[in-house]
Amino acid sequence: MSAAEYAAGETGTRTREANAVRDGLNIGFSSGISGLAWGAAAIPAGLSVQQACALSFLAFSGASQFAVAGVVAGGGGLLTGTLGAVLLAGRNALYGLRLADLLRVRGWRRATYAHFIVDETAAVATAQPDRATARLGFLATAIPIYALWNITTLLGALGASRLGDPKMYGLDLLGPAMFLALLWPRLSAGPVEVRVALTGALIAVVATPVMPTGVPIMVAALAALLGLRGAGTGPDARADLRRERAT
Amino acid sequence: MSVWIAVLATGAGCYLLKLGGLITPQRVLEDPRVRRFTELVPVALLASLVALQTFTSGPSLGLDGARLAGVCAAGVALALRAPFLVALLTAAAVAAGLRLL
Repeated sequence: MSAAEYAAGETGTRTREANAVRDGLNIGFSSGISGLAWGAAAIPAGLSVQQACALSFLAFSGASQFAVAGVVAGGGGLLTGTLGAVLLAGRNALYGLRLADLLRVRGWRRATYAHFIVDETAAVATAQPDRATARLGFLATAIPIYALWNITTLLGALGASRLGDPKMYGLDLLGPAMFLALLWPRLSAGPVEVRVALTGALIAVVATPVMPTGVPIMVAALAALLGLRGAGTGPDARADLRRERAT
Repeated sequence: MSVWIAVLATGAGCYLLKLGGLITPQRVLEDPRVRRFTELVPVALLASLVALQTFTSGPSLGLDGARLAGVCAAGVALALRAPFLVALLTAAAVAAGLRLL
């Protein structure tokens, strides 16, 4: 490699690193402050400030936290509610599978990194061009998002517990709006996603009057089976598999 | 007290799933059906949560016009590519506004 090529490579690396850090900070900061919405929604649902903060600290998974709040607000079915909340975090397991090869972490570091696997960190890490920048992007997202998510949870919860009737401020809308916001980008992935979503919603609504709180959500997960027909046999699936093996 | 158990169990469950993904052999993802299923489960769960939180009050079904309008407003905001927090604030503001009337 000539000196000029080496210099160009060096600048390229720096640019890629700077991009990874910038992506991470942008997404980490903008998503981290949504902890305000979670904290504000947790209180009217019936959680204490401590419980809202404990969920942000320990579970650190927005959708699961809102699901717990929903079950507490519904009054009961805590076991099935918890199962549903944990099942929602199942997508983080999928991210973990994809990140394992990118992050290549072992031991205590792996145990620590695991806690920070969420939609945002996975999105930034997998968008980077190589392993070094993937890890950098992961950390650049994880640190601000976790710090801010926890701080703003406390602020939102303290704020909401000082307000009068939370419904007057529309705080009960934060839960469903947040689930809709998480669902939205997935719906554009294809008609199967839309079908699965509509079926899941229908199952949950129909099951609600006849099943204990929390159970309808678990039953609605069965709608995902709808999308499996034909998966693994179509040309798309095979091409997908080849691509995956090649990388 | 039992709410605390749910809080801690959710925390433990979420962490174990994240760690589980990180330590599971990559081979699992080679089956396209497994991969597809793991993509679609959150779609079904999120949609059912939107529906339930829109159409239920407490443990039973019930329609709250302001809430329905708020969720629809969030949908419009998302369709217009509004950022996450803006969509949430729009939903809350629309419902709060309608309840003031």
